[in-house]
Amino acid sequence: MIWLLNLLQTLLFVALAPLLVGWIKWLKCHLQNRTSPPLIQPYRDLSKLFRKETVIAEQASWIFCTTPYIVFSVAVLATSIVPLIAVHLPTAAMADVIVLVGFFALARFFQALAGMDIGTAFGGMGSSREMTIASLSEPAFLMAVFTLAVSTSTTNLSAAIEYNLLHPQDIRPSYVFAALALALVAVAETGRIPVDNPATHLELTMIHEAMVLEYSGRHLALIEWAAHIRLLIYTVLLANVFFPWGIAQEISFPALLEGLGMIVAKLALLGLFVALIETLLAKMRLFLVQEFLGFAYLLGVLGLLMHIIMEVGS
Amino acid sequence: MDIVHPDHYPQLITLLASLIIFTTFMMLAQGKLLTLINLFSLQGLLLAGTTAMVALITGNHHLLISAGLTLALKAIMIPWLLRYLVVRMRLHREVDPVENPVQIMLFGVSLVVFSYYVTLPVVQLSTLATSNMLAVSLAGILLGMLLMISRKQAVTHVVGFMTIENGLFFSAVVSTHGMPMVVELGIAFDVLVASVIFGVFFFQIRDSIDSLDVDKLNRLREETE
Repeated sequence: MIWLLNLLQTLLFVALAPLLVGWIKWLKCHLQNRTSPPLIQPYRDLSKLFRKETVIAEQASWIFCTTPYIVFSVAVLATSIVPLIAVHLPTAAMADVIVLVGFFALARFFQALAGMDIGTAFGGMGSSREMTIASLSEPAFLMAVFTLAVSTSTTNLSAAIEYNLLHPQDIRPSYVFAALALALVAVAETGRIPVDNPATHLELTMIHEAMVLEYSGRHLALIEWAAHIRLLIYTVLLANVFFPWGIAQEISFPALLEGLGMIVAKLALLGLFVALIETLLAKMRLFLVQEFLGFAYLLGVLGLLMHIIMEVGS
Repeated sequence: MDIVHPDHYPQLITLLASLIIFTTFMMLAQGKLLTLINLFSLQGLLLAGTTAMVALITGNHHLLISAGLTLALKAIMIPWLLRYLVVRMRLHREVDPVENPVQIMLFGVSLVVFSYYVTLPVVQLSTLATSNMLAVSLAGILLGMLLMISRKQAVTHVVGFMTIENGLFFSAVVSTHGMPMVVELGIAFDVLVASVIFGVFFFQIRDSIDSLDVDKLNRLREETE
């Protein structure tokens, strides 16, 4: 029964991911006074891509062909670690947040290899940019995670969320820093606006798009879907770890329903934030990204320091 | 969740204190002068909030007066004066470039670690409820100095100086629950007068070297007739 629920949660995670992207796009269009595509447009795009023919370059090796499947399955595995509507699920207990970072790294590794596999100039450029950003964002991500880990004395996400639920009246300064660091990392990793523009294929600025330029059809659909899932994972991390209210602690129908309702509300709110930021800010130069991520790393370190200075002693 | 419950006051103070440090780091990274002044104003607001909170916890109600003074001076008057000066001297679009921001930030973090290390024995001896914020206030002082030495614009230097003053005031509040009222009034008046004098100096510097970039003061040159 509990495994079934776990499977359902993972399926919900995978199915919900394009909806969040559609929601952000919808909000963005309305904020910019444009007519928006319907909320389900990402699903339509994906199904169109699945039906289309997959073109593979003659020089492509097995890496190029297997990468979409690896990236997608790793994304699905990663979703099973992150508690969406309930804590205490068996797969969440199996792996901690460091495994999650490892999953992201694995997907990124294969995607960068696939970008260079064909040998076009754009692919290599995209891969090199992606790896540059990743090498800077990963330490920042880990620092934010460590802040969480020392506060809750666990690296397991489910246990950490439960700890936060059990101590609701603790106002922790270190969490403010960790949440900000995680938000900055999420922006960089999911390729949203101040770092990368998801809506354009302009050759000088694109990062993520450059890597997947050679993909088409089914392969492209899988990679896009994995990118949607990654965005959802980061937003759920922010929503559930730092604002854990409402997540189901016991397995009962009303609790699960409440968990579902709360997470949808929280994601809608976070989506509004993303859309606001994407409307208000311009994309920054590529060489400013290192300062941006340096600031994220600094926030993570400060969070850890604030925990040691102010929360341990008192 | 009852936010105003008295048990939460110490936690709110630590939260405000860490936000003060955060604004200082934002100032270190910020090159635009007007934004810098706004951040300074925000820091004054947070400082006033912290002081008021300490006053409520410890029952030292004279601290409420100094919180009010901080609010009036550091959150409103001095930023307003600086903003006026910056706009008056047409510097409002000026950017004081931050060189090697990541390096400066890391240096700032190591200053926080250093001040924690230095104040650790004091904190262990102290019996005050707010003593664990001593490290944060010392870090505020050191970060203000870092802001002064890493920049070139005179306006940034003044903001850095005021940040040092904020750090000193903060450490006085958390370590002794406030200085005698006479001293505090004197300091507040001093700071106000200092900011007025700084304003006069800005005009003097600009008249003599045509810029507020103090790096240009390094070059000595004879006035040719």
